Amino acid sequence: MMTQYLFAGFGGQGILFAGKLLAYKGLTEEKNVSWLPSYGPEMRGGTANCSVIISDDPVGAPIVLNPDVLIAMNLPSLDKYEDDVVPGGTIIVDSSLIEREVKRTDVKVVYIPATKMASDNGLDGLANMIICGKLMEMAGEYNEETIEKALAKCISARHADLLEYNRKALKMGKEF
Amino acid sequence: MADKVLMKGNEAIAEAAIIAGCRHYFGYPITPQTEIAAYMAKQMPKIGGTFLQAESEIAAINMVYGVSSAGKRVMTSSSSPGISLKGEGISYLAGADLPALIVNAQRGGPGLGGIQPSQSDYFQATRGGGHGDYHLIVLTPASVQEMAELTIKGFELADKYRMPAMILADGTIGQMMEPVSFDFEVAPQIEKPWATTGTKMERKHNIVNSLYLDPATLEVKNIERYERYKIVEENETMYEEYMADDADIVLAAFGIAARVAKSAVNEARKQGIKAGLIRPITVWPFPKAPFKKAVEHCKAIISVELSMGQMIEDVKLASEMKVPVTLTSRVGGMIPTPNQILEDIKKAAEGGR
Repeated sequence: MMTQYLFAGFGGQGILFAGKLLAYKGLTEEKNVSWLPSYGPEMRGGTANCSVIISDDPVGAPIVLNPDVLIAMNLPSLDKYEDDVVPGGTIIVDSSLIEREVKRTDVKVVYIPATKMASDNGLDGLANMIICGKLMEMAGEYNEETIEKALAKCISARHADLLEYNRKALKMGKEF
Repeated sequence: MADKVLMKGNEAIAEAAIIAGCRHYFGYPITPQTEIAAYMAKQMPKIGGTFLQAESEIAAINMVYGVSSAGKRVMTSSSSPGISLKGEGISYLAGADLPALIVNAQRGGPGLGGIQPSQSDYFQATRGGGHGDYHLIVLTPASVQEMAELTIKGFELADKYRMPAMILADGTIGQMMEPVSFDFEVAPQIEKPWATTGTKMERKHNIVNSLYLDPATLEVKNIERYERYKIVEENETMYEEYMADDADIVLAAFGIAARVAKSAVNEARKQGIKAGLIRPITVWPFPKAPFKKAVEHCKAIISVELSMGQMIEDVKLASEMKVPVTLTSRVGGMIPTPNQILEDIKKAAEGGR
């Protein structure tokens, strides 16, 4: 079993962080994982994306070209990657930032107004975690124990005060 | 698994270097390897080491020369254009028989090129790169774990054979995060009686130098060095074989290209084509033996590279062209897909090339 994720959006939306949480969760569950960011000028204010692979077998090519799951957090990302998703795959759209609908009919689509949900609940900047929560729930992999371990790895002790907000956002996504 | 952490390849190199006892790092920033310098800048002051951002790559490599002369483990890192700048210093290190670790997280070239991954510095790394007759031990990691392990190995081999070693990585392996464990044994550092550490009036001066104006002496120096290289070739060649034993089509690839090639091999096997992979881990010395063995049973060899075809020359030499050797590649920062490689495997299997 291998799942290839592509997280895509603007720099600053926590795209890389969301991917890192998922990768750490996979590591905690003793899976093989890889995390590959876009880097360079793309990162500086433009689009950001990252490839995450979670697999039972060792990971070969770490670059995700045809994701099983696309997380699109802005319109340019949906435009760019919609056609690349494997048939039968999943597209998760932040519908508070993307007005159009997904054109593909052979994929499962989830519209979640994550950015709006975050700001309505005092969780600005945590739309990424709301989407992560939804993502894990959909895969039947919302496991509080491993999520907690992954959060502890991703959030340094210095920022421990942010843990609670992240938990809350993940839960909100799960329950959406 | 409990002791594994997620880390970028570049960071894994830096942490492994510290574990190997390296306490001196000199460099100049360049994408995509800057995480190495950033990690060193953070850690070295905490452990009594030296991190110094030099005024240029040339200054940094000459600082490496200085520390190495004093017998200490030392490293520098850069990416393609920066390695070209270091070329003179690397030749001096080789000429003075000094150990050092040099990391090249390759990016697309020539010139300033781009910042995306590449393997087009293969010739530069394996043929020396600077002037004169010399080699570097060139190690090519294909995972974050290997970034760490080969860094340790690089320091050990450099000290053992008194020659610079290079980690020939690329932007992808440097930037990607994978689980890595640092739970490994590091051999104690060997004595360096040649180092210029002060005579304490108890011994003759040690001299570290690459200048020999008497041609007869210089010739002897060169011949002696190549005797040493022969021992390296005999003892330190490393490679991995993946389903190569019975393969009709053998891929040759290192680093990130080998990761993609492995995916292609798996897919080909699913489709009933006997494909396999030979992955050189050292590209100097180049592993000739597995190719000599492969040509006894395979129909063709495909060299998979992120270059216009550089390693393919070594593959042709090693296989003595007993079967057709072709190239599958992308350049300029592009990476071949498993499908592109698979298509070429199919063509080769049909004998259509």
